[in-house]
Amino acid sequence: MKRFAELLDRLLLTSSRNAKLKLMIDHFREMPDPERGLALAALTGELSFSSVKPALLRTLIMERMDAVLFTYSYDYVGDLAETVSLVWPDGGLANDRDIPLSYAVDTLHAVSRSDAPKVLVSLLDRLEPPSRFALIKLVTGGLRVGVSARLAKQALADFGNVEVHEIEELWHGLTPPYEELFAWLEGLGPKPEQAAFAPFRPVMLSTPVQDSDLSKIDPADYAAEWKWDGIRVQAVSENGVRRLYSRTGDDISATFPDLLEAMDFEGALDGELLVGTPPEHVGTFSDLQQRLNRKVVPMKTIREYPAFVRCYDLLIDGDEDVRTLPLAERRQRLERFVTTLDPARFDLSPIVDFNNWEHLERLRVAPPHPIIEGVMLKRLDFTYVAGRPKGPWFKWKRDPHTVDAVLMYAQRGHGKRSGYYSDYTFGVWKGDELVPVGKAYFGFTDEELRQIDKFIRDNTVERFGPVRSVRAEPDHGLVLEVAFEGLARSARHKSGVAMRFPRVSRLRWDKPPAEADRLEALTAMLD
Amino acid sequence: MNPHKLLHPRPEGLYCPPGDFYIDPVRPVDRALITHGHSDHARSGHGHVLATRETLDIMAIRHGENFAGASQVAKIGEMITINGVRVSFHPAGHVLGSVQIAVELDGTRIVASGDYKRVADPTCAPFELVPCDVFITEATFGLPVFRHPRPEDEIARLLKSMTQFPERSHLVGAYALGKAQRVIRLVRDAGYEDTIFIHGALARLCDYYVSQGIDLGKLSPATIDRTAKTDFSGALVVGPPSAFADRWARRFPDPVAAFASGWMRIRQRAKQRGVELPIILSDHSDWDELILTIRQTGASEVWVTHGREEALVRWCELEGIKARPLHLVGYEDEGDA
Repeated sequence: MKRFAELLDRLLLTSSRNAKLKLMIDHFREMPDPERGLALAALTGELSFSSVKPALLRTLIMERMDAVLFTYSYDYVGDLAETVSLVWPDGGLANDRDIPLSYAVDTLHAVSRSDAPKVLVSLLDRLEPPSRFALIKLVTGGLRVGVSARLAKQALADFGNVEVHEIEELWHGLTPPYEELFAWLEGLGPKPEQAAFAPFRPVMLSTPVQDSDLSKIDPADYAAEWKWDGIRVQAVSENGVRRLYSRTGDDISATFPDLLEAMDFEGALDGELLVGTPPEHVGTFSDLQQRLNRKVVPMKTIREYPAFVRCYDLLIDGDEDVRTLPLAERRQRLERFVTTLDPARFDLSPIVDFNNWEHLERLRVAPPHPIIEGVMLKRLDFTYVAGRPKGPWFKWKRDPHTVDAVLMYAQRGHGKRSGYYSDYTFGVWKGDELVPVGKAYFGFTDEELRQIDKFIRDNTVERFGPVRSVRAEPDHGLVLEVAFEGLARSARHKSGVAMRFPRVSRLRWDKPPAEADRLEALTAMLD
Repeated sequence: MNPHKLLHPRPEGLYCPPGDFYIDPVRPVDRALITHGHSDHARSGHGHVLATRETLDIMAIRHGENFAGASQVAKIGEMITINGVRVSFHPAGHVLGSVQIAVELDGTRIVASGDYKRVADPTCAPFELVPCDVFITEATFGLPVFRHPRPEDEIARLLKSMTQFPERSHLVGAYALGKAQRVIRLVRDAGYEDTIFIHGALARLCDYYVSQGIDLGKLSPATIDRTAKTDFSGALVVGPPSAFADRWARRFPDPVAAFASGWMRIRQRAKQRGVELPIILSDHSDWDELILTIRQTGASEVWVTHGREEALVRWCELEGIKARPLHLVGYEDEGDA
């Protein structure tokens, strides 16, 4: 448990992706089965216990310490799990106390709901504070250490020197503690058989069009279609098992019961998940967000934002794997396939006719629907392969939106950027005050970073820990041109809007802050 | 006698009327007894200073030779009488030269502990328990959440991180007096023999520790040699915490920010400061040490000086020990300086 707790603590405080991968890979390398497999399960959210509620923790600790002392402690720390982990009495020194993660997991799985408090107490008694914290986080659900399931799978892939899509493909057929998987990754056993029903097939991804790309390829070899601004999904229905996957292989079926009900086919479709009533009405990305990342979706939301899939490709047709066929043939099959489905839930992403690149460029900059974020180019003679090969699929996105915003706050960076103020909060004018509209931490060169950093140090108004507020007045301040992909309404931000994928595109040293954009310019883009 | 007549707080600090002296005064006074060399306890400008030889040396290093009108060395365990008040100095285990000061008159003994810790520290003499009627304790970590882990385990985590990320430099923020030398000594005890790079602010104090027989191994200033293009890849660098937030830190390649402090027990504090590797290591007592010490002194009354007084006062009340906060101002939290 100690090692697992240590891993969690380091992941929590490490911001670099590579460093996080390294920490996980080392853990997989150093820990034996089943410990490493259970750590993996915890990180990917595959461990669940008959949940322990925060109220129980509170009751347990109140039986063990003075309420006033607990209140002082909790007020100071601010996190119940952490407070309990620290103040839990250990009756003298807890030297060399430890239990394996597997022991804790087995014990908690076997316990009945009524015995849970007693068992939790006996485990907490045997651990030191960091391990107690890890245990409490495990049983109350949600480790929140800044590691996605995808990143954990990437660490596995790096650990075994395989492609991450191989892991994703197998994932849904595997169960903790994944001993077979680790054996394969260490070269000590065969690759596990694909055991799941309606498994995920690793998706094919595109590369962005570069300036020189188009001159090298022949328009006749490619089909073009709109790039819809939803989320890429895979709808699989085989032998009575129906699953909806995200493009990284996360099973999101439970969030879309309306769509699942309509999946009365045999096969696997690749498409874009959108909300609305096709073909006429397609909701915005912020409409779609009403449906995302929810464990339980209220009926009202389902009715207001019905989900559908705009189909791009067919991977499995009946019981036939058609990924090895060229796109032209898959497309024919797809068109046939979609006619058999409920048109309110599945429709076809249309092919965009074009004569030459100039023609397509004109279509790209003026798409017929606001939910289109560009065009896709797909080679007609290419098979469906996992990953992101360069050449067969290109994405040619609409140019980003830009806004001139004023730098308001800056935060110190980590790792290579420690010592530099590299995370920027910027705002636009609302009346005569600035309201923050987003945060950006890339898009500038190292030289520009040095210049911005100097500006921040020379113009600091206030400091709050690692954050500084800087002078942002109509005639004194720094204007940043910020590029972004879209806007959504947000109740959390004072400005009422939230940007997607914002980055600094230019430094406008020449522009006085008074001439930066106003909030109205942004809200006008919302509808 | 009423202990408040023997010692009580004044704006200048803790004052002994019959002896006419102050303990750790925060403003210049005529006669000062100093528990240890941290700058919030050992200020310059007093008329007479009585302290251990190490503390006097440290004050001279920090404030210059003329830090006081006159100074007198207090020997550990020796009884000194000042205007009829019996005064003795006992190791506090906090930093090199640190003491608790026992003050006794007419059979009443008060121990002013200054800052203290109970866990072993290779860079200073261990805490000595002095039975007393009134125990004056600090409360820097006076909350039940502060429970310092074993120092060796914390140092082991640092060394492990250095092997995990051999291409990155590890920057350890540590208070310049005491903590920095303790970190270095502990790292040596754990078997690390390479050169350790130190910030300029640490140099004189490290030299002083070495002169007092505390071997710190090979140290080198963490300055850039422009001709040789010094590379700090894989280096261990120790400096005051404030330096790592500054431009100074830019010379290090992709550094791991570590911070050696008792505050690092709280994850949010580490996160707020941008610390990637918290090293929970303190020169102050944690909660368990505080309450253990109060019990062991047998004191029937406890005065709490600085830190989080209310929890410790509450604990004393529950234990049936008379307790009150002294509300002394001017002392800083560890590592926040």
